[in-house]
Amino acid sequence: MSNQIERCYIFQSSSKTSKSVVSTKTVVPFDNEEDDVNSEQWRSQPKHIFILSEAGKPIYSRHGSEDKLVTIMGVMQALVSFVGDSNDSLRCMIAGDHKFVFLVRDHLLLVGVTNCMDSTHQLLLQLTYVYNQVISVLTHSTLCKIFKQRRNYDLRRMLSGAEKFFDNLLNLMDSEPGFLLTAVRCLPLDYSIREIIAQSIVQHAKIKDLVFGLIITNNQLITLVRIKKYYLHPMDLHLIMNLVNASESFKTAESWTPLCLPKFDQSGFLQAHISYLDDSCETCLLLLTVDRESFFTLSECKNKIKERLLKYNALRAISDSLKRNAYGIQQCGINDLRHFLYKSKSTAQYTSPELEAPYVTQAEKDRLFGLYKYLHHRIHSAARPLKILFHVGAYETLLGWVTAGFELYAVFGPLVTKTSAIHAVNKLLRWIKREEERLFILNSVTF
Amino acid sequence: MSVSDQQSKSLEAKVVVLGSQGVGKTSVVIRYVGGMFSKAVSPTIGASFFTYKLSLDNYRVKLQVWDTAGQERFRSMAPMYYRKANAAMLLYDITSPDSFYDIKDWVKELKKNVDYPIIMCLLGNKCDLDSGRKVSIEEAEEYAQSIGALFFEVSALKNTGKYILPCLMD
Repeated sequence: MSNQIERCYIFQSSSKTSKSVVSTKTVVPFDNEEDDVNSEQWRSQPKHIFILSEAGKPIYSRHGSEDKLVTIMGVMQALVSFVGDSNDSLRCMIAGDHKFVFLVRDHLLLVGVTNCMDSTHQLLLQLTYVYNQVISVLTHSTLCKIFKQRRNYDLRRMLSGAEKFFDNLLNLMDSEPGFLLTAVRCLPLDYSIREIIAQSIVQHAKIKDLVFGLIITNNQLITLVRIKKYYLHPMDLHLIMNLVNASESFKTAESWTPLCLPKFDQSGFLQAHISYLDDSCETCLLLLTVDRESFFTLSECKNKIKERLLKYNALRAISDSLKRNAYGIQQCGINDLRHFLYKSKSTAQYTSPELEAPYVTQAEKDRLFGLYKYLHHRIHSAARPLKILFHVGAYETLLGWVTAGFELYAVFGPLVTKTSAIHAVNKLLRWIKREEERLFILNSVTF
Repeated sequence: MSVSDQQSKSLEAKVVVLGSQGVGKTSVVIRYVGGMFSKAVSPTIGASFFTYKLSLDNYRVKLQVWDTAGQERFRSMAPMYYRKANAAMLLYDITSPDSFYDIKDWVKELKKNVDYPIIMCLLGNKCDLDSGRKVSIEEAEEYAQSIGALFFEVSALKNTGKYILPCLMD
């Protein structure tokens, strides 16, 4: 039996000593000859993400250039294989105020390093997303084939042009709570309008081999139509949103591109017809099929869908909703409630109000997100999972509540009592119930 | 050459644009189809599809243009786009010899996989960067002749060179 014990290796002093060793070299932080490791700017980044091959070859680094990080990636590979040699696996390492989290997957080693609020589990989730992004670009079978042929292959060749997907994904994960919750946000729309939009896809894109048809805007889902027996996992949906969000190229013309959705089928590509429905390039239609020859059929479908959406003023409704922003916290009418995240578990969707004062500066936004990460971590702690948590912090009071149906994370002013917080949350749940047709896609539409 | 409707016949032609990454395939297509140069062209994902209508010698021509991605990972998808194409635009960057040598692989692939006469047109892009030229006109001309392709140098930035029209004379 393999001896997979979760172990934390703690090197309390290592970060301090390494700092003092290299400090003499940091006189010229941007010297091209130097390794990135020695640059103060590189060292002060709050979160690093690395991808390397099993053989220790650099594939991606969020900050700096991989070529100048060969040594440090070699060290990471050595650490993992050293622990691996004793039939154990290296999961996490803590050095000073930095946390190192390792994820070993087929042929790839992913490492996350941070001094932020992220828990080990949360970092692992982010690394899993990054791994899925690699699969989404290459497929799992291609990845295996490449490394079977040449263990020493420089995967950057195959990923060239895909770096922006990783960069964008990591930036999204640092600000968008959907990844933390594994849930997507829907654009608020009247039920009847959403129904018209969904039906326009059902009616005009009922094509053999079409698996999913969806419309997204600004990282929010407008509608999703699927074949009855297949589901689109929120992680796959996030990768689709990231693809659209990170690529300017779809704005020039209709595109036809292979796309692998790892949760759906990691061994093969779907073929995606991607186009924008409006001139301002905000509303994006994706038609995903297994038929590689159906571009022109789908292009016609797109024209018909667009026509129908124009006829029923649905595109106007979408852009109005986008302009209006989601909703402010005052609309919920609850005193002292500053912000919240609500995830409906059965639909894997979440809703939250716009960020308002005091969470307007980047620092404050980051701090709020840090609070959510903390709350999420405490509630989902593997050692002691909680159903409800009331936490009084220096600047705000937090309440987390998880049931079979939902997860709720609420942020109050600092002086709220437990009783009034519970009372407020109950009131909030009633408000969400009243608004749910607008905030969520409740019935899943199939072809 | 305005042509009255009764006289003109219509014609459809499929064109595929191939070449290494960063040589300017999308820029050339946008220059041709949209008549402009955009600095902010980002790498194509998969392939983009453009249509362009023009009149030429009594013909109303509708061009269907596949602008493919140059990155290696999309290489295996190429047949999907060049199959059934009437013409292939083979684009290289005159400042990058590698992009010129890559054309030879494309030509080999086309000859192997396309079993009907496909019009090939070799295009050296970025001819505004003459000071950084690494591929000479003579070398490219000679190569184009050897594979029976047309040859032009163009610049998407400066809008020089007319290249698609002659291909359709057939």
